[in-house]
Amino acid sequence: MKSCLIVDDSKVIRMVASKIMNELEFKPIEAADGQEALDACLKALPDAVLLDWNMPVMSGIEFLRALRKLPGGDQPVVVFCTTENDITHIQEAMEAGANEYIMKPFDSEIIQAKFAQVGLL
Amino acid sequence: MKPADFEFMAAMLKSESGLVIGTDKIYLLESRLMPVARKKGMKDLEDLIANLRSRRDPRLLKDVTEAMTTNESFFFRDIKPFDLFRDVILPQMIEARAAKKSLRIWCAAASSGQEPYSLAMIVKEASARMAGWRIEIVGTDISTEMLEKAKAGIYSQFEVQRGLPIQMLVKYFKKDEESWRIDPALRAMVQFREFNLLRDLKALGQFDVVFCRNVLIYFDQATKGQVLEGISRQMPSDGVLFLGGAETVLGISDRFKPLPGYRGVYGLSDGPGAAPAAGAPPGPAAPTAGTRPLPGKPAFPTKR
Repeated sequence: MKSCLIVDDSKVIRMVASKIMNELEFKPIEAADGQEALDACLKALPDAVLLDWNMPVMSGIEFLRALRKLPGGDQPVVVFCTTENDITHIQEAMEAGANEYIMKPFDSEIIQAKFAQVGLL
Repeated sequence: MKPADFEFMAAMLKSESGLVIGTDKIYLLESRLMPVARKKGMKDLEDLIANLRSRRDPRLLKDVTEAMTTNESFFFRDIKPFDLFRDVILPQMIEARAAKKSLRIWCAAASSGQEPYSLAMIVKEASARMAGWRIEIVGTDISTEMLEKAKAGIYSQFEVQRGLPIQMLVKYFKKDEESWRIDPALRAMVQFREFNLLRDLKALGQFDVVFCRNVLIYFDQATKGQVLEGISRQMPSDGVLFLGGAETVLGISDRFKPLPGYRGVYGLSDGPGAAPAAGAPPGPAAPTAGTRPLPGKPAFPTKR
């Protein structure tokens, strides 16, 4: 079973996303900020990361840059999932190595469509 | 809804748009037509139906037909047909029409425009190989309302996230308050026209590629056959037809044959590389006026 690391400081969002991941037959792993996510990645790299932008301790973009520098860190498929919905943020994310980008609010259909596009499904 | 009212509505929708609805779709009739009734200041569906029966007001008739036939659409719907268009059909067309340098594509149920714009993006990405070409993408739909939306080229955040890769969003859309507006150059690549598929397709001219996806499913067998026949007449011998995932020509029309290895993609039965179906009588394969055989290799290599 593929794994998906869900990184969001909102417990509700993590819960909703975990439920969607279960439906898509991904094993969900939760992290409340970028640092927790990075620690999780050091233990085991997930297949996918669903990543919020604004979080305490370490932001999503900082996490992504750190992840891509890890050995094998180019492997996980990273999908941003954030309320930041302007072109500047999207471009910054893509340049930092994001594979896809979801603008909140999202639903399971959008996640499914985006995961399919990046070849996760 | 009274059975007689349902029968009246079903017959009317069939003759107006080809749409076939069974009694299992009564809920759809109710949920989609209540807003129409309200908009027209009528108190309920019975009122609306009585009105249709007595006056046959063409405006009301049109509103009712549109409400029943409009459907959701999204960019690169189902992905696969668009991959096939980009990777197989378009390269073949570029080669086969190298001298003519022209390509006409028809989206037969353009709805709110996502399908023709998806094709426009693919063609645009291939523009380096098509310098100096005359490319026309025509999107038609029965619904004026949908076409207005398509022409505006403005989509909600939800709509641009369903099927559209983020790189394409960044490249071909501009954010406009809470919506996303399509690039004017892409917009200019597509012409939108109101058109009822039950009419004579000749008015639209010839098309090299036809996308007629998720339309036939709403028609009965005879209407499906009639539309497919019509499409076949508007194609050159190497024309290509894309149908929806749940649609087929098998048992409906012998004008088209599936292209082996490419699901949902069809060529003309008397087109290039056509092999007589096993056990089929050697029918008179009368070439249509204007068709020409392609020299060299068969146009559609079989995927193994």
